[in-house]
Amino acid sequence: MDKAVAAEVIHKSHETHIHKDPVGSKIGMWLFLLTELLLFGGMFIIYGVYRYMNSESFHNAAMELDVALGALNTIILLTSSLTAALSISALQKGNKPLSQILIVVTLLFAFGFLVNKFFEWSAKFHHGIFPGGEDLASRPNGEILFFGLYYVMTGIHGLHIIIGIVFFLFVLVQISKNKITATDYTKLENAGLYWHLVDIIWIFLFPLFYLMR
Amino acid sequence: MEDKNHTTHIVGYGTYFIVWLALISLTAITVTVSGISFGGITIIIALLIAIIKSTLVLNVFMHIQFDDVVFKIFVAVGVLTLLSAIVLTFFDYLFR
Repeated sequence: MDKAVAAEVIHKSHETHIHKDPVGSKIGMWLFLLTELLLFGGMFIIYGVYRYMNSESFHNAAMELDVALGALNTIILLTSSLTAALSISALQKGNKPLSQILIVVTLLFAFGFLVNKFFEWSAKFHHGIFPGGEDLASRPNGEILFFGLYYVMTGIHGLHIIIGIVFFLFVLVQISKNKITATDYTKLENAGLYWHLVDIIWIFLFPLFYLMR
Repeated sequence: MEDKNHTTHIVGYGTYFIVWLALISLTAITVTVSGISFGGITIIIALLIAIIKSTLVLNVFMHIQFDDVVFKIFVAVGVLTLLSAIVLTFFDYLFR
């Protein structure tokens, strides 16, 4: 009997008032981001140690990466972070259309990044430089390690870009349905936080892989 | 229902553009510097620029500068954990 009453009360409270906790939600997002930091951090440590043990091979292998393409992708990602940050301010100021446009621009940059990455990887594959490839297998161990780390780290980073795209598409739909508004925008904020973290990881990937000359 | 502790700080468009300009300039600098051979300190310069860039993203784009102190502690704990793992690993490898 008591349980039934309690359930009824809970049910009613859900109907009349949806409790939102923006700070709690953001803390949750940050906790998740810290696990991401440690995921990539671990890989950066592996990179650091192997580079220390095979500095000559790492240098030779890094010379083969396209600096211009890497720099272009850096600029694309930094600019997408700008548009993501601007979209939050726009929504907070009540400018819903501008916020939506900025999210679409962010998504276009994200696709642009992936297209570049695709061409970059295909060129390497074409030259037989891929895990298990014959050309790569004939090289010194240090170079195999370098390209192994290159594919794993930029690959997992690329996966994060894809997840970020899905996250922003979800947010875009929610904004058009007025589920995310000028006063209730935590989901957009969290999507932005995720995107900026992916940007920060690239900020370190770029010099460590492309600028080792 | 606005939480008293949750102060909304709207960052102006101009601030974001200035930070973006700084980030692009730093990218240009790091690419240029990598072309000049400074020997062993090249990597130090590259990492230093990367740290400055990520600090800018963290503070302004990710709003840490304007957030409650709990978020600042979060980031500090995360970064220090990673940093200690890096330092301990390299103490091992450098002094074997």
